[in-house]
Amino acid sequence: MDAMKLLQMLSEDPRATVTDLADILGEQEEQVAAEIDSLEKNKIICGYHTVINWDKTNIDHVDAYIGVSAKPERGKGYDKIAERIARFPEVSSLYLTSGTSEFLVSINAKTMREVADFVGEKLAPIDGVTATVTMFVLKKYKVNGVTMEMEAEIEDDRLPVSA
Amino acid sequence: MDYEKILSKAAVKMRPSGIRKFFDLVAEMPECISLGVGEPDFQTPWDIRDAAIHSLELGRTKYTANAGLKELRIEIGNWLKRKYDLNYSQDEILVTVGGSEAIDLALRALVEPGDEVIIPEPCYVSYDPITTALMGVPVPISTKPENDFRVTAEEIRNAITEKTKILVLSYPNNPTGAALRDQDMQEIAEVLQGTDIVVLSDEIYSELTYGYQYRSIASYPGMRERTIVINGFSKTFSMTGWRLGYAAGPKPLIGIMTKIHQSCIMAAPTTSQYAAITALRDCDDDVEEMRKQYDLRRQYCVRKLNEMGLKTFEPHGAFYVFPDIRSSGMSSDAFCERLLAEKKVAIIPGTAFGASGEGFARISYAYSIDHLREAMKRIKEFLDELREEK
Repeated sequence: MDAMKLLQMLSEDPRATVTDLADILGEQEEQVAAEIDSLEKNKIICGYHTVINWDKTNIDHVDAYIGVSAKPERGKGYDKIAERIARFPEVSSLYLTSGTSEFLVSINAKTMREVADFVGEKLAPIDGVTATVTMFVLKKYKVNGVTMEMEAEIEDDRLPVSA
Repeated sequence: MDYEKILSKAAVKMRPSGIRKFFDLVAEMPECISLGVGEPDFQTPWDIRDAAIHSLELGRTKYTANAGLKELRIEIGNWLKRKYDLNYSQDEILVTVGGSEAIDLALRALVEPGDEVIIPEPCYVSYDPITTALMGVPVPISTKPENDFRVTAEEIRNAITEKTKILVLSYPNNPTGAALRDQDMQEIAEVLQGTDIVVLSDEIYSELTYGYQYRSIASYPGMRERTIVINGFSKTFSMTGWRLGYAAGPKPLIGIMTKIHQSCIMAAPTTSQYAAITALRDCDDDVEEMRKQYDLRRQYCVRKLNEMGLKTFEPHGAFYVFPDIRSSGMSSDAFCERLLAEKKVAIIPGTAFGASGEGFARISYAYSIDHLREAMKRIKEFLDELREEK
């Protein structure tokens, strides 16, 4: 089975059922299920997420990006400190980046106060963290490849029959 | 006024587009699932649209040179070289309003009353009526299902007379998806050598091929001097509405085509031309991505149709499959009309593309896989119910 094709299809529609996938690829359902299993076990598929525009709900929601400056540890580089940051459940993603600070942390919280508390009480005090810069998200235009708050592109306005 | 009397006889005689009748039927059923389009479903890649917007911001809103922007013609030359190892300088290239204008110009540049134009069918619908309008004589070749609708050198040899002016080659083919193999082209080139026959090579689907590397007939020995290569942006870059195509060929042919183009069109749309430069330079990856999607759908449709009992050969180009519906015992027209009426699925009778399409139907897979799955489900239901009737 072409695992790349399977990944491509799941990346476009993670809700596709094994039956759907097997039908489209012309494979046995058991084989597709086994392949997905193996992709998950090998951490090639790491999760299935839903893109939600929380602004359209009445649930309080605040997203922030935090630039974290840090000093590497002898013999361990940044990995140890990254692990310490990543373990907080408030952290939704964490990257080591080039540029003015070492890490880029993203946080999903309910209120700005919650973010401030997390930075002040948990993130900044970590050994090796030397500075933080917090950027609150004001408006989302595109998330994980999905555009928001924009006029949608026309879906299909072709003539139903053409030569 | 007696219009019958004043209308041009040649224009009246032009064969009407075979899809017209079906278009009208489908128009009355807006809720039907159509597999009837001849254009891509993908949006034009954003980079191309952005280039067009940028050209407007800069105020590039005037006529271009008659033959098209020099920069674009050079880029077309580079692209033909890079893709198919063809060598055309910018004065051997004419930018047209779609490939369809290039077809019209090529025929008008060459066809005189009584000249014969060999047209392997089934094929795209415009070669025959334009030939008729010029008082030329369309000479159809019925390509054979047993050859997967590839025209053979033998069939061409048998169709040639001393009046033959043009051979139309339209591969990858609409409606069959057939593509000529290296050996087919080799043999055709041999038949044409030493004649004065010009090949009108409609290569509009050249970038949508599956499992083989496309090669233009113009690259075979002795063929460049007798070939007008016609291509365009509609299918490759999903730019049908931009109306942009081109012809490449020997200077004397392109020159006279440019003269006609000057009088009736002036120049192709300026915005589209600027966008096209970006398409040729920067969009290989977008084209490959679309091609991969088509390929997945193609394999899906061929498999499904064969599974449900409609014999379907594997097409190697374009975005059509051409199932054999003869096992239903119905004509193409009857089959397609009943499928539309009973299951609300629109496919096009093969006969819309020439008499030799009888017994077959064109299914376009320029649709999302979900759309195709629903349509295939309904076609299967239709066939199951037909079998129960019997």
